Amino acid sequence: MIVEACEITVRRGGADVVRGVSLTARPGEVLGVIGPNGAGKTSVLRALCGLDPLVSGQVTYGGRTAQEIGRSAFGRTLAYLAQGGRIHWPLRVAEVVALGRLPHGAAEADTAVARAMAAADVEGLRDRTVGTLSGGERARVLIARALAVEAPILLADEPVAALDPYHQLQVMELLRTGARTGTAVITVLHDLTLAARFCDRLILLKDGRALVQGPPSEVLQPDQMAHAYGVTVETGARDGEPFILPWRRCGVPRPLQETSL
Amino acid sequence: MTRLVIALVLLTALLMVASIVAGPAPFHAVQAVSDLIAGRPTLEALVLAELRLPRAVLGAAVGFSLGLTGAALQGLMRNPLADPGVVGVSGAAALGAVLAFYFGLTSAFALALPLGGLAGAGLATAFLLTLARRGAGTATLILAGVALNSLSGALTALALNLAPSPYAALEVVFWLMGSLSDRSQLHVAVALPFMIVGWGLVLATARAMDALTLGEDTAASLGFSLRRVRLLVVGGAAAAVGASVAVAGAIGFVGLVVPHLMRPLVGHRPGRLLLVSGLAGAALTLGADILVRLIPTRPELKLGVVTALIGAPFFLLLLRRIRVEAE
Repeated sequence: MIVEACEITVRRGGADVVRGVSLTARPGEVLGVIGPNGAGKTSVLRALCGLDPLVSGQVTYGGRTAQEIGRSAFGRTLAYLAQGGRIHWPLRVAEVVALGRLPHGAAEADTAVARAMAAADVEGLRDRTVGTLSGGERARVLIARALAVEAPILLADEPVAALDPYHQLQVMELLRTGARTGTAVITVLHDLTLAARFCDRLILLKDGRALVQGPPSEVLQPDQMAHAYGVTVETGARDGEPFILPWRRCGVPRPLQETSL
Repeated sequence: MTRLVIALVLLTALLMVASIVAGPAPFHAVQAVSDLIAGRPTLEALVLAELRLPRAVLGAAVGFSLGLTGAALQGLMRNPLADPGVVGVSGAAALGAVLAFYFGLTSAFALALPLGGLAGAGLATAFLLTLARRGAGTATLILAGVALNSLSGALTALALNLAPSPYAALEVVFWLMGSLSDRSQLHVAVALPFMIVGWGLVLATARAMDALTLGEDTAASLGFSLRRVRLLVVGGAAAAVGASVAVAGAIGFVGLVVPHLMRPLVGHRPGRLLLVSGLAGAALTLGADILVRLIPTRPELKLGVVTALIGAPFFLLLLRRIRVEAE
């Protein structure tokens, strides 16, 4: 389902944290939201999820607003993976994943739950309680929970934060798999290489505004990175896929190397 | 789950029967029931209808209210330390009843006490619901409840301070300890409707309680209106707990301890916990009220004293074993 945000503005604590951002996320596509801390990435995602009211602008999902869709149907339209999501009671893993079925009726284990658990590779954890999981396992369980909604739109806020490299790649592959089945995926990312490799399009935010959006090769240009993040970058390619490394802060002289005697 | 509910319903029913039979005076329950059904106005039938039955019904209803709302508030706040007192309604209900004492309304007509309690609870509820309607967050609501409780406590202390005689003060203090003795059908008629409405509102949030396991934002993304959930839980808890305090005084620890006892039995699912905690609260309160009557002290021990005496040490033991948070 296509998500279109048109000139949205979000105010929090008296300040406009998102200012006139427009974006489009299409089915089968991973849209990456990138930008420095405080740029408004999470605020944009929350606005797309309908969690915060808009000062102006509007968001439509398949051409309809959230109000037109209705609250309970909206819960089936969109799955939201919160940043650093917590699980407040020591439920079993299978029950946590089944919470994703609440918009469809009861939180019962069904075939959708089984599919989500298989996709996120958490079937082996089925009967563990969440308190016994490692950080990476818990992150995958929460992704399975979001997948279990089987919504046509998936919003993920920094899904790879606090994950080791292996699980970062695993989660990004999961998002790609989701997109391949026709889901519109929108994800906030900090890692520029993951953004370059796994996203079809990127939107670069700074100070609540969209600086540029388009394919990764256009967005991740050195001058854009210097402007948005204040860093120089090194770029390259391996197996036909790009990588990009933040290298040095702009305008800061190269630090003296400590010399050992 | 279904088996657990059936077991708790049976236990509660059994304890209600025990509560009717138990008492310092010998009482022929079978004779009383047959007299009551046949409409024979014997002493036994009168005791059953006017004293024993209301006491058992109130014990179950008050306990159900405390257990249910304790579980709901812990689920809403995702905090295992919440109890029905945190919404501030119990303090306000106690204050209402104390004011009815203070201004001598209780000597004018017997129902002044519970009605005063209901009025206090009603005012506090109206205040909280106004906040919730304006979109106040859960933390704000709870802090408002804590402030309400403190204010009510201070005003209750003021009323005691200015009490016209030490006997009046003593009477108020005794009432505040919580008890179910000498309650009549009138008390049931005054309190039960509010409790039933409150139960309905709170039980309607079971699915939202499950969703809240993942936090407020994720629950909202699953299609639940948090404002509605807060209104239902706070409004329902206020009605049920306010009515409980109005007829029975403050009965501590049931609302805090029971959800902890039941949680492992329902796989820690906050939605399933609601009904189960209500039933277990009813059983615990009935049990404690039977104990009160079996322990031969003069004057009779107050129910609130017994639940706190059993509850507090038990809760400490429980804490050793509970992993308070999942993470």
